[in-house]
Amino acid sequence: MATDPTVRRRRRNPSLLAGAVILGLLVVVALVAPPLLSGSAETLTDDARLGPGAGHLLGTDAFGRDVLARALVATRLTLLMAAAATAASFVVGVAIGALVHLAPGWLRETCLRLIDSAVAFPSLVLALVIAAVLGPGTGSAIVAIAVAGVPGFARLTANLAATVADKDYVLTARLLGVPGPRILARHVLPNISGPLLVLLSSSFTLSLLDISSLSFVGLGVQSPQYDWGRLLNEALPSIFAQPSVVLAPSLMLIVTGVGAMLLGDGVASLVDPRTRGTAPAPTAAPDAADAAGTAAPAVVSRPPGAAGADAEPDGLLTVAGLTVRAGDRTLVDDVSFTIGAGRIVGLVGESGSGKSTIAMAVAGLLPEGVRADASRLALGDLDLLGTPPGRRLATEIGIVYQDPIGTFNPALRLGTQLTEVARTHLGTPRRQARRDMARALADIRVTEPERRLRQHPHELSGGMLQRASIASAMTTNPRLLIADEPTTALDVTVQAEVLRQFRRINREHGTAMLFISHDIGVVGELCDTVLVLHGGRVVDRTTGRDLRRGTVTHPYTRALLAATPAAVEAGATLSAVRWTADTPPAQPAGTPPYEAPLDGTPPDGLSPDGLSDTAADRPPAAEGSR
Amino acid sequence: MSAGPSAATGRLPVAAVRRAPGLRLGGGWAGFAVRRAGGLLMSMLLLVVVTFLIVPLLPGDPARAIAGTNSSPATLAAIRERLGLDEPMTTRFVHYLGDITSGRLGTSFRFDTPVADIVSTRLPYTVQLVIPAVLLSLLVAVPLGMAVGVLTRDGRRRRLGVAFGTIAGLLASAPVYVVATLLVVLFSISLGLLPSGGATTPSALVLPITALCIGPAFAIARVVRQETASVLAQDYMRTARGHRLGTVRLHLRHALPNLVTSVLTLSGLVLTSLLGGTIILENVFTYPGLGTEVVQAIIYKDYPVIQGIILVVGMLALLVNLLVDVVLGIVDPRTLDGGRRGH
Repeated sequence: MATDPTVRRRRRNPSLLAGAVILGLLVVVALVAPPLLSGSAETLTDDARLGPGAGHLLGTDAFGRDVLARALVATRLTLLMAAAATAASFVVGVAIGALVHLAPGWLRETCLRLIDSAVAFPSLVLALVIAAVLGPGTGSAIVAIAVAGVPGFARLTANLAATVADKDYVLTARLLGVPGPRILARHVLPNISGPLLVLLSSSFTLSLLDISSLSFVGLGVQSPQYDWGRLLNEALPSIFAQPSVVLAPSLMLIVTGVGAMLLGDGVASLVDPRTRGTAPAPTAAPDAADAAGTAAPAVVSRPPGAAGADAEPDGLLTVAGLTVRAGDRTLVDDVSFTIGAGRIVGLVGESGSGKSTIAMAVAGLLPEGVRADASRLALGDLDLLGTPPGRRLATEIGIVYQDPIGTFNPALRLGTQLTEVARTHLGTPRRQARRDMARALADIRVTEPERRLRQHPHELSGGMLQRASIASAMTTNPRLLIADEPTTALDVTVQAEVLRQFRRINREHGTAMLFISHDIGVVGELCDTVLVLHGGRVVDRTTGRDLRRGTVTHPYTRALLAATPAAVEAGATLSAVRWTADTPPAQPAGTPPYEAPLDGTPPDGLSPDGLSDTAADRPPAAEGSR
Repeated sequence: MSAGPSAATGRLPVAAVRRAPGLRLGGGWAGFAVRRAGGLLMSMLLLVVVTFLIVPLLPGDPARAIAGTNSSPATLAAIRERLGLDEPMTTRFVHYLGDITSGRLGTSFRFDTPVADIVSTRLPYTVQLVIPAVLLSLLVAVPLGMAVGVLTRDGRRRRLGVAFGTIAGLLASAPVYVVATLLVVLFSISLGLLPSGGATTPSALVLPITALCIGPAFAIARVVRQETASVLAQDYMRTARGHRLGTVRLHLRHALPNLVTSVLTLSGLVLTSLLGGTIILENVFTYPGLGTEVVQAIIYKDYPVIQGIILVVGMLALLVNLLVDVVLGIVDPRTLDGGRRGH
């Protein structure tokens, strides 16, 4: 998880290190092997076609030359050819890609199209053209691969330069009358060097493998010179008599490829941490930015008997002693409440207060690595703590999420997604499910419902999607509707309409709701009971009515109210504003739970739902925070 | 979730891919066809010009380059006559175009037969390697990459993740001719299971196709795995989990369609490079396809054959690109407007 400190330490980038070490070793071999090993690599001896043994680790070839020594000595020529080809492609490609922007409009367009067209072909096609013109040989192989690499560099440079050319500093330079070539050299090229270097490193290996492939088919290095490709080419005819001869050059080519891949992965993750190959960025726990620190008293799971006493007889959802942890961090600390049938309970608090985590714990949708414990967590007769049957979870709990656009699968039509639960868990036939859904959409004032079902999510507005998502959550007539910041991503006029729909559903269907928002005004409008959360703990329990009237007593709640313009307009004025002057309500992330001002004002069970008051179980220091 | 455009994942924020009103060429397939036809014509023209330039670019006297330094003046004159070297460049280009459009592709110096005949006997052999290799690559890469992506999600099973990363990285970066050589050593020579060359029996195709698709399969699998991890972290996957579906339906119905675009985009690149790999690979197996023929033609300076084969291989690459774009357009209609995304 993101909260795991070991993940942060992974920034060391092991693949970059490993790749650099492998390629560095190859350079060392290229420098050292020719002077030391040329003798055994090139002197003809009578020890022809020896198998691998003590004298010759990988045996000898048909002329009695040491196979391993030849492969090591060949490193120099192989690396030099690849370096020459890459350098040439780099210089020519970057020059073309940059200069193209100095050309007049039509010429520039034509050149850009030509570059695009050239990139569409495998690089080997262009290399074969050059090889055909120049004939087989070391020089022609270098030129062929160099030319084949030019379009790649040209296109990357041209694309990058085009994005930089619109930047303010380039425009300024142009307005100041700085000549074009100078702008390129001074302002454009230095600013695009990063991606070019990434391409340079991958291009070097590609050149190396491609030149070796030309040598391998006989179009590159010719005898008596030898690179790895040539060695493999010479080994091939005797492969049946002496298969071990191919091992050394093969190994060198594979090691180079792996080194380059590691280096490339490493460099890419330096440039963009999201593309890290081996460790995909873990998802952050929702609302887990700050949580009760390790200083929080350990939560002792209460004996089952005590939990029964907490639950109200007609409580539909019972949450008792809910604690959620991610690794050693506590996101939600001993939270208890119940929701009676037909009631709406609001959870309010700043981001990071743990309110969404509570909702996801109830829904059983906590992210990987986040663990919930509770003495009791039940929806009526459905125990949510164990592994409740998916069918009951899906049909008895409806969920509306925060961001309607991210919530829908962009690749699937709305009809498929909205009717999925009904079709999967209630066995509703497809047609029937679509008809029901169309009617539900019309009820919630979505225009052209039939057409919407055939559309993809990106074709609808956020407000429309959110209403569709509410309608979908209601198709199974769930006992509990969880709404996790359902209006946050919407603009104000749409918010009002969506809130009206929640109220209508509650009135018409009597659905109990757990409504989460950071907007205390919205919560006050809708909810019967409101829990104010801070740092993963409940700091205040109040009612929607008190919030609307502004008659709340708790200083933190009053501070939240004061920070909401809508609530101030609604009449919650004097006391809240005065309190703000003393202590600002906005807590920077990571601050300890809001405790100090609470001393001496122990909250009482304000809730008509009979919220459990378990202060007696707690150590005195934590008492005020509950 | 991160909302920024990412070239690596090929996903764009909704606002960026939503259809803009009054797009210049119109949206949908019509605009796609116009744009794509333009690009295709350009690429074909480039291919024709570049292959034409092979002969004029030959260093020194092309006739001497072809016939060798010790050839008689009569031979040189005959070659000049046959290639039309004395004619102006434009006339020669027109002749070249005529050769291509008539479908004859000129006449081979070595065999004195139409190049079209040589290409048409060799092409089926190459295609018979390329198509199975392409299909096999995708059939291995997508399920494998997805399975590993699902199993290692959110940093689970770290050891499996590292093992896959290492092995797939190794296999993806090994050059095709080395893989082929080692496969021959292992399966033909050490184990004696499969033929090491030719194309006479179906079993002779096993090693070349395997060698050809190992690299692309694991290169694509690495990307599929990475994409799976990022798709699984999306909000809509949480929604789908909230629907409490079975594992298979959850991943195939909800995750897979979101992988297809980026995987196909990458596959286009990998598969065109697979064409290049075929040319080299055929030489390991002395396989009677276009690859062995073009290498021989270069060594023996048989320019019409070189030109013909490069033309055909280039066209195949364009065809693969076009196919990928069309399939992308069918699977993800949003790509029709902006052309191919990513890379």
